[in-house]
Amino acid sequence: MIMYEFDWTSIPGALSLLVKGMLITLEVTVTAIAVGVVWGTVLAIARLGGNRLLSTLAATYVNLFRSVPLVMVILWFYLIVPQAIKAVFGEGIGDIRLASALTAFALFEAAYYSEIIRAGIQSVPKGQVAAGQALGLTNGQTMRLIVLPQAFRNMMPLLLTQAIILFQDTSLVYVIGLSDFFGTAYKVGDRDGRLVELLLFAGAVYFVICFSVSRLVKRLQARFSQ
Amino acid sequence: MGYNWNWQVFLQPSATGEGTYLTWLFEGLQWTVMLSLSAWGIALIIGSIIGVLRTVPNRWLSGLATLYVEVFRNIPLLVQLFIWYFVLPELLPPTWGNAFKQMNPLAQQFFSAMVCLGLFTAARVAEQVRSGINSLPPGQKNAGLAMGFTLPQVYRHVLLPMAYRIIVPPLTSEFLNIFKNSAVATTIGLIELSRQAQQLVDYTAQPYEAFIAVTVLYVIINVTVMFLMRRLERNVQVPGYIGSK
Repeated sequence: MIMYEFDWTSIPGALSLLVKGMLITLEVTVTAIAVGVVWGTVLAIARLGGNRLLSTLAATYVNLFRSVPLVMVILWFYLIVPQAIKAVFGEGIGDIRLASALTAFALFEAAYYSEIIRAGIQSVPKGQVAAGQALGLTNGQTMRLIVLPQAFRNMMPLLLTQAIILFQDTSLVYVIGLSDFFGTAYKVGDRDGRLVELLLFAGAVYFVICFSVSRLVKRLQARFSQ
Repeated sequence: MGYNWNWQVFLQPSATGEGTYLTWLFEGLQWTVMLSLSAWGIALIIGSIIGVLRTVPNRWLSGLATLYVEVFRNIPLLVQLFIWYFVLPELLPPTWGNAFKQMNPLAQQFFSAMVCLGLFTAARVAEQVRSGINSLPPGQKNAGLAMGFTLPQVYRHVLLPMAYRIIVPPLTSEFLNIFKNSAVATTIGLIELSRQAQQLVDYTAQPYEAFIAVTVLYVIINVTVMFLMRRLERNVQVPGYIGSK
């Protein structure tokens, strides 16, 4: 019986490529968190606000993005974004794969973040809003100065957990051929005929990062709930 | 942007000569549903076992179950799928590995995706089962033991029947997720819905019609599952708990 013979030698030489890929992964993750939280907050406020038209629009946006697979969303934006870029800037501007991925993840994550933020806002006691109004604050000021800071504090663990899921999900940019960390690992493995080693290595790296961050989140959660 | 809409493209005979492009869509739908349902079966069984093990008073068993959950939760689904599909057949004893590689490619893709999706979702189901069991007052378990039940009997007759009824709503969202996650199988070439969307783009050059049709099918799946699960939730909810009438 011949067992598989591991050969890890192609990894050290590919480290600089893999690091470059990891930077793309992080770029997509961080952009999606930043845009997702801001746009998600706007969606959550629109949904909870009194304007029926705005709240229906926000609900439709959120439900649509949440019922379609991320793979399809990435493919959709890889169809739309290049054409939009071409229409606005003309030919040959920048990396269209990266631009498509950034747009897709930012708009997709906003739908998920808005649900977390909506629950966070609803977890703030009503008396806080009444107190803000009694102090003569406008609705906007009450939301910004009183409700949102408390809401974000309450939902910090959930937002961070969602960030870990997002970090893992960015590997799906594979479907449009963008070389993020996973895409690079796959290409190197395919090139050197060492797919087994590279895929196991990629899995181990993701595991170490996600496991450590989730431990940190747990510790943070324990401190917040004191 | 001059785009020529042509919805009749679905009625044209397909490039393979069998049926129309509409047939491709239905084939994709069938694979998506079959993959998701069979993976859901695996997820429920393995997830229940792991979830129960996480709550038992035995450090080895609960440690093992925790390890399972952490491993499957902290590695991206896509990486797991590639490990099942590309890595495992190489690491298995050669006779097994070769037997796998000699299977029909569609069967290889389907089995890898089914096992991958099933075990991945099992980790999430396990967390729900565990939190369901932990949400029960400790008196229930003690009462069972005081009645002379063994621990397995307490789980079988007292804890699990209640826990399952409590966790139906979170399980609904995992069930919805499995349909969405099944789209990842497109990366190993399984001809499920999102694969068919890409194939239709390649063969018909009508990308918007193809993507809209597939997106609508996903939304229909979502709405159908949600409708069925709401009915199930109403039927099994425990009287006296918040959310029940």
